[in-house]
Parts: sequence; structure tokens; C-alpha cells
Amino acid sequence: MAAEATVKQESHSASMWKGGKSPFNVSWGKMMMWFFLVSDAFTFSSLILAYGTMRHRFAEVWPKANDVFTHFPFYDGHIPLAYVALMTFILIMSSVTMVLAVDAGHRRDNKGVALWMILTIVGGFMFLGSQAWEWYHFIHGTPAGAYIMPNGDVYKVAENAYHLHHLNPPHDALVSPLHQVISDKAVIADIKSKAEHIHGANLTRNEYGNPLFADFFFFITGFHGFHVFSGVIINIIIFLNVLAGVYARRGHYEHIEKTGLYWHFVDLVWVFVFTFFYLV
Amino acid sequence: MADHKNHPHGYYTGDIHNQFVEEHHDPNSKKAIWRTFWILLFITIFEVAIAFAPLSHGLLVTIFIVLTIVKAYFIIAYFMHLKHEEKGFGYTIILPFMLIVYFIGMLITEGNYIGMMGSIFK
Repeated sequence: MAAEATVKQESHSASMWKGGKSPFNVSWGKMMMWFFLVSDAFTFSSLILAYGTMRHRFAEVWPKANDVFTHFPFYDGHIPLAYVALMTFILIMSSVTMVLAVDAGHRRDNKGVALWMILTIVGGFMFLGSQAWEWYHFIHGTPAGAYIMPNGDVYKVAENAYHLHHLNPPHDALVSPLHQVISDKAVIADIKSKAEHIHGANLTRNEYGNPLFADFFFFITGFHGFHVFSGVIINIIIFLNVLAGVYARRGHYEHIEKTGLYWHFVDLVWVFVFTFFYLV
Repeated sequence: MADHKNHPHGYYTGDIHNQFVEEHHDPNSKKAIWRTFWILLFITIFEVAIAFAPLSHGLLVTIFIVLTIVKAYFIIAYFMHLKHEEKGFGYTIILPFMLIVYFIGMLITEGNYIGMMGSIFK
């Protein structure tokens, strides 16, 4: 058995890449997965860069994330960042279960791999569900809504401008695109007569301010969410293969490592989305 | 291509991989995984906690970007095992992103400039 393995290994190594050895002592599949991830990271970088450029272009009228993403399930109040921190936690947790699956694969522990893979899949679905919930609230907006002028200027209702709450604006006050409180009743009535009352955000209009904010939000988190979705599908395929004993028969679990690389990459991108969309 | 036919188990990658695993498999790997998890969790909680601290916006942004890069390092080095690959391979993956840093500098400057011109020439 041992002799057979040695022979097999020699005949393999002679043909590796047809050059006799693997560059960097890393397998072909893993290296190509890394190269794909590099190119995918460039795609995400360019999206986030475009976001950053437009954000600086419209710096003074850009919505404040803490005014936009303030909901939390089963809680009827304003807690910014908590929900997205929870989503981050879910994704980090599913990264941990993924890396534990890889670790179990190194020990050739088929049951362990199956267990950690199914937990990773559950984590992926939890994240996708959280994202759907987030999108639902962003699209439907607040009950109070906002007033959009024919030229596109968005006047928010003061109760939704949390970052100005320390000024104690009057209940019926509006907030201008430049974050100024308007409490003059005549001016408010004038704006309300000319403007249209809107709720939530779509690709052309955004209750929270500049529509580009909504466009980038939908595109970047959507693109990331699609990556998570494809990751979950790939994980399910790999999980079924594990149950069928494909990798146990093959003698190694390198496929788990490759899907693991993709899954961690999805987590990595989220770390950047979290910073540039929600924190900064 | 002929190799695929000769070896029903597919490709030649498996053997390199097994060699690699047998030589380098670390019995403390689980410990390292959980340590990385706690670091990532702690950084995230810290970020959320200081988001509302009375610090200047510029300082907060700097802290957040530095911590994001720290988190990215831990994910790439330990979850994606890049730290355990050959050093040259790590450089191949990481170095191209240095150009992105340059690109960020250019585009943010450009964005600020267009915005400034927009507010001068209304």
C-alpha cells in the first residue's frame, strides 16, 4: 500500500503543471481559487471606490448611516448599528464553523465535516434572511417619511434625523438636505405644498437623502448578498458530497478548503462593507 | 490531460495537499481558530462601542479603517490559512492591492474636487 502510494505520488509529481513541481507548493485548484478571489476583490474594490468617490462628491448632503439603519427586530425604537453588528456576528460565526469543517477535513473526520458544513449553511441562510429584513425596512422606510422637492432636494422629518435630536427640534420641524433644522411654520407649509411625500428608498428616490446612497446600497449589498447566496448553494453541494462519502473515498478534503476560501472571502468583503457603509 | 484518464481520483493536486497537511498539521489548530474568532468579535464590538464616542470624525474614520485592516489580516492569515502557505504566494496575492491604496487616494481627491467645484459654480 505504502509502495503503491509512493509510486503514484512520483508519477503525479512528474506531471504537476507539466513542469514537475507546483509553484509555491500549493495545489492547482487552491491557487486558481485564490486568483479568482483576487479578481473578485478588485471588483468589490472598484464598487466601494465608486461609492467613496460619490460620497465625497456629495459630502454635505450625504445621508448619515445612523439615521437610516436604526431598526432592530421586536424592538420599536431607534438603535443604530446594533442590527448590522448582529449580521456581522452571524457571518463571522459561519466563518468559524467553515474553518472548523476544513480542520475536520484535515483529520479525515467525515462526520465532523458534515456537522460543521451544515452549521455553516444555516449561518449563511441566517445572514441572507437578515439582509432581506434590512432591505425590507430600507425600501419601506419610516411612517413619517420625507418631503421631496421637484428639484430632488429631500426634506426629512425632524423625528427621523436622529443626529440632530440633541437640538430638541419642534415636533413638526423639517430638516434640510444640508442638515439644518427648519422650524418656521410658513416655510414648512410652503415646502409641504410644493413637495411630494415619500416613504422609503428605491433606485430613483430616497427618503433618507441623496438617491445615489440608495443605489450604492442596493448594488453593493446586493452584489455581496448574491455572493453569499452562491456560497450557500456551493456549500450545500459540498455538504451533499460529504454525506455521500465522495471525499472520504477520494482520501482528501481539499474541496472543503476551496469552498472555505470562497466563504471566508465573502466574510472579508462584509468587513469592508460594514466599515464603509455603516461605520464611517 | 492524459493524467486525468490514468488516475481516476482526478487531479494531481491531492497528493501535494496531503503531503502538505501531514507535514504541517497543527494539533492546536482549533485553539487558533477560536482565538481568531474572539479577536474578530472583540474588534467588532469595540467599533460599535466607539462609534458614538465624542471623538473627532477624522480620528474615528482613521481608527475604523485601521481596525478593518486588522480584521482583514486575521481573516486572510488564519481563516484562509495564507499565513501557512509559502511566503512568495502570500506576496503574489497581497501586493496587487497596494495599487488599490493608490487608487483610493486618487479617487477620493477627485471626488472632493468635483464636489468643491459643484458648490462654487452652482
